[in-house]
Amino acid sequence: MINTMTNDELVIDNLSVTFERRGNPTVHALQEISMSIRAGELVVVLGASGCGKTTLLNVIAGFQPATHGYVFVNDQKVTNPGADRGVVFQKNALMPWLNVSKNIELGLKFQHIPKSKRQEISNKTLELVGLGGFGNRPIYELSGGMQQRVGLARALASDPSILLMDEPLGALDALTREGMQELILRIWKRTEKTIFLITHSVEEAVFMATRLIIMTPSPGRVTKSFDLNFCEDFITCGDARKVKSTNEFIAVREQALSIIMNGNP
Amino acid sequence: MSKSGYLDLSFFSQLARSNFLKVKSSFLRKERDQNDKTKLISFVTIIGIIVVWWLIAEFKVVPPLFLPHPVSVIEKFILVSTQEISGGNLLQHTVASLTRVLSAFAFACLLGIPIGLAMGANKIARGVLDPPIEFYRPIPPLAYLPLIIIWFGIGEFAKIILIFLAIFAPITMNARAGVASVSPDRINAGYSLGGTRLQVFWHIIFPGALPEIFTGMRIGIGFGWTTLVAAEMVAAASGLGHMVLDAANFLVTDVVVMGIIVIGLIAYVLDLLMRYLELIFVPWKGKT
Repeated sequence: MINTMTNDELVIDNLSVTFERRGNPTVHALQEISMSIRAGELVVVLGASGCGKTTLLNVIAGFQPATHGYVFVNDQKVTNPGADRGVVFQKNALMPWLNVSKNIELGLKFQHIPKSKRQEISNKTLELVGLGGFGNRPIYELSGGMQQRVGLARALASDPSILLMDEPLGALDALTREGMQELILRIWKRTEKTIFLITHSVEEAVFMATRLIIMTPSPGRVTKSFDLNFCEDFITCGDARKVKSTNEFIAVREQALSIIMNGNP
Repeated sequence: MSKSGYLDLSFFSQLARSNFLKVKSSFLRKERDQNDKTKLISFVTIIGIIVVWWLIAEFKVVPPLFLPHPVSVIEKFILVSTQEISGGNLLQHTVASLTRVLSAFAFACLLGIPIGLAMGANKIARGVLDPPIEFYRPIPPLAYLPLIIIWFGIGEFAKIILIFLAIFAPITMNARAGVASVSPDRINAGYSLGGTRLQVFWHIIFPGALPEIFTGMRIGIGFGWTTLVAAEMVAAASGLGHMVLDAANFLVTDVVVMGIIVIGLIAYVLDLLMRYLELIFVPWKGKT
């Protein structure tokens, strides 16, 4: 049992998840994963398909039960989904029968927050993600990038302790993706939220993480963990391209890539 | 229970109003190209069929008993509008038929939609209700009509029960499929926003199932209308089906044809109405 310190937002203790299906070999999606994340960190889990990163996020979110081990968020054991862990999905998780504002307010409605307060929060969150004035639009009139911003706003509006992002930029084109990376970093700096993001893009992971965790599959395990601060460099200078083209950045990126491709550091 | 965003009255009426206007204006706008061409071709085809019919009747290619002249069909239509035939004039028959089908439809929706939703969401409901519904659904209503008559007689109630059964199955099964069609990510999103099971059901699963529910309603009302007309041919004293059968018994073919055309037109209008309602209430259908 890991000693949980009070400023550890997220603690994963010897977590294992296995899938057993009749007639198929057992899948060891996660094997004895342990980590502790402090509040305010931006953790990125990077790995190829099948490395278990989605399963890990699903366990933290409460969508998937653990086979062995535990997950604690703010010293509370995770068993079910909850508003303390907001989730941003890759696509298609917005409600097309609600306009942008009502989508963002959904979580607040569930908490029975009165209408005027809900609108205040949704307007503020819309401004934060750069969609001020789009409140009345139906979801299906928005581009992919804008829809992801609504998804982000919706998760933020309920003020979760930790934001879980499941390959949030995976369905976007390259240009929009870069812009969204910068947006997420700026929002992270402003709201000081703990973020747990999974991706298979090496550049994205190295750019955004304060803690980069690389996973490899079969069985899904943590292979290497880095502490990085390229995101802080971006916050300071505001130029993502510049940060991504420095020698240090390229070196780390290549190292991460070779870890994934070879399966060892 | 707090009002859902969808069923929030002010938002709902604003949505309905804006969709109604959008649909209305799209009929008047210029950008209708391909759709227009097809509609034109269909219109010309219909005129063509009527012309061929007129020619066949005019030159007596077939005896009038088999194919009455279009003019005499129109004459009968005008006559029966005011004068009684087989127990009522055209309007009274139409009202009788429509009343039967619409009341059966209302009951089928009131019962079928909640039951279908329950079946979709709950495995006990599914396990219990699946066998009887899936069993009777493929049976043509006319096949179990005699049983209904034995049980309930030949009055209005029996007819409405029959039509109700015909409509109930597709509405229920579509509602159930609607629940299954809601994407798991949306449901998970609801729980991650702190929703209880009831909140997620009411605010996410129910609206998510609406497209399928409306499809079921459209199928249901079409199916109900065909069942009604057949039921009226067996045991009725009023209604369009009764009127047609009565006329057939006396070999008054022009009334038969006139009746069939009226029946067909009403079926078409009912379907159009359902599609229109769908556009207003489920504007996101087909847009993910």
